[in-house]
Amino acid sequence: MERTNEPPFARQHLLGIEGLSAAEIEYLLDLADGFVELNRQSEKKLQLLRGLTQINLFFEPSTRTQTSFELAGKRLGADVVNMNVARSSVAKGETLIDTAMTLNAMHPDVLVVRHHESGAVALLARHVRCSVVNAGDGAHEHPTQALLDALTIRRRKGRIAGLVVAICGDILHSRVARSNILLLRTMGAKVRVVAPPTLLPAAVESLGVEAVTDMQRGLEDADIVMMLRLQSERMHGSFVPSVREYFHFFGLTHEKLRAAKPDAMIMHPGPMNRGVEIDGVVADDINRSAILDQVEMGVAVRMAVLDALTRRLRAPA
Amino acid sequence: MSRPVLIVNARLLDPATGLDRRGGVLVVGGRIAEIGPQVTVALAPPGTEVVDARGLCLAPGLVDLRAGFGEPGAEHKERFESGCLAAVAGGVTSLALLPDTVPPIDDPAMVEFVARRARQVKLAKVYPQAAVTRGLEGRELAELGLLKAAGAVAFTDGFKAVADARVMRRALAYASMFDGLLVQHPEEPRLAEGGVMNEGAVASRLGLSGIPSAAEVIMIERDLRLLELAGGRLHFAHVSTAAAVAVIRAAKARGLPVTCDTTPHHLLLTEAEVEGYRTFAKVSPPLRTEADRQAVIEGLVDGTIDAIASDHYPQDQDSKRLPFGQAAFGVIGLQTLLAASLALVHEGRIGLLDLLRRLTVAPASILGIEAGRLAKGAPADLVLFDPDAQWTVTEKSLYSLEKSLYSLAKNTPFEGRIFRGKVVRTLVDGRTVFEAEG
Repeated sequence: MERTNEPPFARQHLLGIEGLSAAEIEYLLDLADGFVELNRQSEKKLQLLRGLTQINLFFEPSTRTQTSFELAGKRLGADVVNMNVARSSVAKGETLIDTAMTLNAMHPDVLVVRHHESGAVALLARHVRCSVVNAGDGAHEHPTQALLDALTIRRRKGRIAGLVVAICGDILHSRVARSNILLLRTMGAKVRVVAPPTLLPAAVESLGVEAVTDMQRGLEDADIVMMLRLQSERMHGSFVPSVREYFHFFGLTHEKLRAAKPDAMIMHPGPMNRGVEIDGVVADDINRSAILDQVEMGVAVRMAVLDALTRRLRAPA
Repeated sequence: MSRPVLIVNARLLDPATGLDRRGGVLVVGGRIAEIGPQVTVALAPPGTEVVDARGLCLAPGLVDLRAGFGEPGAEHKERFESGCLAAVAGGVTSLALLPDTVPPIDDPAMVEFVARRARQVKLAKVYPQAAVTRGLEGRELAELGLLKAAGAVAFTDGFKAVADARVMRRALAYASMFDGLLVQHPEEPRLAEGGVMNEGAVASRLGLSGIPSAAEVIMIERDLRLLELAGGRLHFAHVSTAAAVAVIRAAKARGLPVTCDTTPHHLLLTEAEVEGYRTFAKVSPPLRTEADRQAVIEGLVDGTIDAIASDHYPQDQDSKRLPFGQAAFGVIGLQTLLAASLALVHEGRIGLLDLLRRLTVAPASILGIEAGRLAKGAPADLVLFDPDAQWTVTEKSLYSLEKSLYSLAKNTPFEGRIFRGKVVRTLVDGRTVFEAEG
C-alpha cells in the first residue's frame, strides 16, 4: 500500500462514531492508553496544547462530562473556558447559529459542545472554523463516551472483537447506546440491546444489533453488561409502569447477572440510579464493576481526542 | 375588459375531454371563445394580441388544492403578492388557501379579507378554505354555513387534524346540509406527538423522534367510519403512506364519497432526504419510505389519489436554521408544482394528460370551482409550458431579487434538483400574469 503523509486521524471535528474506521478508533485508543499512565503520575501537565483555547459549551448541564473535558484540556496545557448556556437564555432569542458565530469570532481552537437536540452539534460545526467535539447531542451520539467505554473494555479484556456486549435499558433515548453500538460493531463485537419494547427504537435491528426483551436471555454469555440510566420522567407510567416493575424486570442484580459469563464486566455511563436500573450491591462489586474505571478512562480518551484534533494546528515536533 | 388574445401553434391539452392536438385558442372577454385546429391568425379580431406558442403545451391553468401564505400574522414568510406570483410562475391559476393564519380564517370577515387581498393582487385566483373549528382548536364548530356563504370552498383545520371523533362526526353531518367539503389532515395527533420525521431506521439512527406511518391510516380509517355514519363529503390531504392508499382505494370501491391528494414531495422524495438533519426536508406529513413513495405513485396512477397539491408552506430562514427537532415543518411548492409533477411523466409512470387531470380538472371539481378546463366558454386561465426545457431549482431561480419575484420564502426540498418542464406564460382570465424571462 502506498504510504501517504496523511496523519492517522485527519479530521477537523469529532461529531460522532459514525463514519470512523476501525483504524481511527484504534489510533485514538492507543493514544489514550498513554494518557492513562500520565494521569496516574503526580506531574500530569503537558504543554501539547499550550496557547490553544478550548471552550466547553454546554446547553444541557452535565457536571461530570464537563469536568472530564476541562481536566483533559488543562492537562494538555490548553486554556479552558466553560460556558453554560441554560435553555432560558436560548429562549431569549439567540439561536444556536448566532451563538456559534459569536464564539467563532473569539477564535477558539476547540469547541466541546453538548446540546439537547440531535444534530445540533453538527449544525454548529458548520458555522465555526475551529474543531468541534460532540459531547452529546440529543438522542444521537456521544462519541467520547463510546471511546472511553471501548478503552475500558480493551484494557480489561484485551480486545473488543468477538466479545458479546449487552446494552440494557433506555435504548430509545440514549446517545450513549447509539455511539456504543456503532463503535462496538465497527470493532467486531456482537451487540445485544435489552429493554422493554417501549424503550427500543423502531427498526433497532437495522443498527446491526439483536433486540431482546427478556433480560436473562439478553445477558446469556455476555462478556460486558452495559447499563443505561433511566431518566426519572420516563419511570412513572409513560414508558414503564413504575420503578419497582422496571427494577423487577430490567434492574441488574447478582441473580440476573448469573446468566452472563462468570467474568462479565459491568459498566454504566453514570450517573447511576441505584435501585432503578442497577442494584447498589452490583454497582459496588469491585470484582465486576468497571464504573470508576470508565470515569478514569474518560479523561484519558478526551485528552487523546483533543490531541488528535489539534495536531493540524501545531507545528510538527 | 382586456383585449382579445390569440394563441396559435400550441399543443392543446384538455384532460377533461382527452383533447391533445395542435391548434389555437382565441380568448375574448377573459373566456375561451374558440379552440381547436381551425383557430389561426386569420380568426383574430382587430387589436388582438397574438402569441405564437411554437408547438409548446397549452393546458388549463393548474388548480392547487392547498397552499398557505403568511398573511395575516406572518407577512415576512409570504404575502399575497409574493405567494400569488410564485403561483403563476408555477402555472397555478387557482389555489385554495389554508386557513391557519393569525388570526385564522374562522370568521366570514376573514374570508372576505382573503378575497379582497386576492382582488388587489390580481394574479392567481385565491379561494379561501375556512376552519372547521373555531380558532382551529378542535372543539367547537366554526360558522360553517356563513363561511360557505361568504365564499369558503372547503373546511379544514390545516395541518391540525380534527382529532375529536364527535366534533368530526358533527362537522361532516352539519356540512352535508349544504354539500360542504371537509378536508382532513389525516394524522392521529397523540400517536404523532413529538415526532419530527418518519419513524423507522433512519430516525432511529439519527436519534430523532418518529411519526409512525400508522398515525395516518388510523385517522383515515376512523374518518371513513364517521363518513358512513354522518354523511357528507370528505377529502384527505397529502396522503403519504402505502397503508393509507390501500384503505382509500377500498373505500372508493365501496362507493364512499371520499377523495384525496398527495404532494410532489411525497411523490419524489423519501425520508432519506432528512440525512444530515436537513430541515428543508422537515414536512408534515413526513417524507416516508421508498415503498410508501412507490405506493403513492401507484395510487396516483390508478386514480385512488385524485389530485396533486403543492402544500406550499413558506418558512423564513430563522424557522429553518435550527436543530432539526426545533425547526418548523413545511416546504414551499407553488412554483415547482408543475415541474416536479412532470418528473413522473418523464419517468414514464403516468401519461401527460392523466397527470394534468390531477392538477387541473380533478382538484377543480373537488372544490366545485369553475376552473381546470380548456374548452369553449371556460375562463381563460391558461398555462403555456415547455415540457422538456430544463432548469435547476436554486435559491436564485426561486427568489429573483431585482424583480422581487416569486415566493418570499425559499424552503424548497428540491434545491439543486434539475427539473424538465418550464412555465413559459401564464394567463388568468385572458390576462398574461407571468411570462418567463429570456
